[in-house]
Amino acid sequence: MTDATFSPARRQSALGKTALRWGLYIILALFAVYYLLPLFVMVTTSLKSLEEIRTGDLVALPREITFDAWRTAWSEACTGIQCEGVRPYFWNSVLIAVPGVVISTLLGAVNGYVIAQWRFKGANIIFALMLFGCFIPFQVVLLPMARLLGMMGIAGTIPGLIFVHVIYGIGFTTLFFRNYYVTIPQELVKAAKVDGATFLRIFWSIFLPLSLPIIVVSIIWQFTQIWNDFLFGVSFSQAGTQPVTVALNNIVNSTTGVKEYNVDMAAAIIAALPTLLVYVVAGKYFIRGLTAGSVKG
Amino acid sequence: MAPILDIRNLYKNYGSVEILKDINVAIEPGDFLVLVGPSGCGKSTLLNCIAGLEPISGGSIAIGGDDMTNVSPKDRDIAMVFQSYALYPTMSVAKNITFGMKVRGVDQATQDRKLADVARQLQIEPLLNRRPGQLSGGQRQRVAMGRALVRDPKLFLFDEPLSNLDAKLRVEMRTEIKSLHQNLGASMVYVTHDQIEAMTLATKIVVMKAGVIQQIGSPSEIYNRPANLFVADFMGSPAMNLIPAKARTNGGGTTIEIARREGEPIVLNDPRAKDLPADVIVGLRPEDIAEPGFRHGETVQQADCRVDIVEPAGADTYVMTHLGGKPVTARMHSETEAAAGNVHTFAFDLAKVSYFEPETGHRLN
Repeated sequence: MTDATFSPARRQSALGKTALRWGLYIILALFAVYYLLPLFVMVTTSLKSLEEIRTGDLVALPREITFDAWRTAWSEACTGIQCEGVRPYFWNSVLIAVPGVVISTLLGAVNGYVIAQWRFKGANIIFALMLFGCFIPFQVVLLPMARLLGMMGIAGTIPGLIFVHVIYGIGFTTLFFRNYYVTIPQELVKAAKVDGATFLRIFWSIFLPLSLPIIVVSIIWQFTQIWNDFLFGVSFSQAGTQPVTVALNNIVNSTTGVKEYNVDMAAAIIAALPTLLVYVVAGKYFIRGLTAGSVKG
Repeated sequence: MAPILDIRNLYKNYGSVEILKDINVAIEPGDFLVLVGPSGCGKSTLLNCIAGLEPISGGSIAIGGDDMTNVSPKDRDIAMVFQSYALYPTMSVAKNITFGMKVRGVDQATQDRKLADVARQLQIEPLLNRRPGQLSGGQRQRVAMGRALVRDPKLFLFDEPLSNLDAKLRVEMRTEIKSLHQNLGASMVYVTHDQIEAMTLATKIVVMKAGVIQQIGSPSEIYNRPANLFVADFMGSPAMNLIPAKARTNGGGTTIEIARREGEPIVLNDPRAKDLPADVIVGLRPEDIAEPGFRHGETVQQADCRVDIVEPAGADTYVMTHLGGKPVTARMHSETEAAAGNVHTFAFDLAKVSYFEPETGHRLN
């Protein structure tokens, strides 16, 4: 913009552009603040003492930072009659989410591979039925699932909850992997067949190594679903196998007397941290994986 | 010697649609068989059937004397090169080439030795540690061939391997495949829609249309004695001139009468043709309609025609005129004096003329 022959009209339009840009940034910043405000309140409240919460301002920064509420939430807060904090339930959630994510992702990968690359008779119908499974509301399956878990003898156990989440997740993970593998030319399978590779060998040596972006998508999706699930967790668990979401509810709703907002906030943040972490670590692959199919297609 | 590939009465249906009908082909060891035809003629399907990648609906396939009709691709002792190269994207070039051996449990020392041989043969040694994504089209093509060569199979299958390359590279690779075939003495089946590729590479050509074999023969048989109008039109560039004409028996031979746009019809005498029907289609290659004075013999006759278009093509000049209601191409030398709009003298050489029956398209002579 150091052109000597710069005309006033063009300078004016350049000025307009800059103003527009700044306006845009300001609006975006406002939205960001608005969106981040609840998190801000949660974090600050969790760092305040109960005394300060009662007397102070909701959006004010803590006068004195204390981690007592976090300690309480983690290992002392009462969930009904037990007072061990969210810690045991947090580990329950880990025990449910990790196998649930791994199994449903692996099954989805195999399903997607078969449906996309080994087109058998009725493959499309089976895929359509699996897609249909994605749209069945949780509530509809509660009673039949309870009956099934009872018959299988895993009602109220962690393997039971893993089973439920795997079943519910397969529709989604199959969809992800199928759409990803459909963009891979079928000649790859043909070449490997001529080379002498078997069904599983082709999957293991050729397709899985190609799948990192879509595996990340599947992991984020499934982890978020399973970790944040409340309905299955509250319906199919019993004392000792409840996930962290259920414990959080119990801490917040079943305490009597003075409401310990700082503990509630700390517990809520603890319950939300793992999903946040997964997004931060794997987020860039998430976007890449979601768009990979559409770009190549 | 037993044929290396023997296909008998092969049928292939998708539901009620017949893709391949009664295919019978056999080749001897060392043959280079080219399957050629327009898109959708079933040539790639036939290749996939030979590879065992598509089940067949009827008939039998034998490779090296053994019945392979129901044998899985990995046990057919074949190697295949694909149109999209189908290199394994996450593996290095070396791993791509050795994957087949690794899967089959060949020991590491043998793998290394064969890899080194093939890499030298195809001059891809500097590329061995690269990924397919880092290679150019021609390099990928070489790697795909390396993957086939290293297997040392009874039969090589090529599915339009050059169609993704640019024109110049395609000609280079074509020559390379041909010299590979000569050096190895291997048996190959090659699918293409490019009739020039078919002519240059093949020892035996199968021309297909709509799932039916139109003609099987050596390149010169196919070129000089096409079995029907389809083959005549499909093979050769520019295409064979197919001129409607009237035939009349005249003593020992036949008089052929071809309508001109202006003036009397051209009358040509073919002393060798006998018993032609009254209506025929005369098939003459562009090179058999030439400048007067370059061809001699009793089969050469001259006639004047008005020139429509002149297309210089470097070595030759193609001169278009109109005969029997059809545009006709003549191949003249590059210094021809023919000019658009003028009348020029053409020499018709009937030595290699083909006659076809207009209704059925079958060859008559």
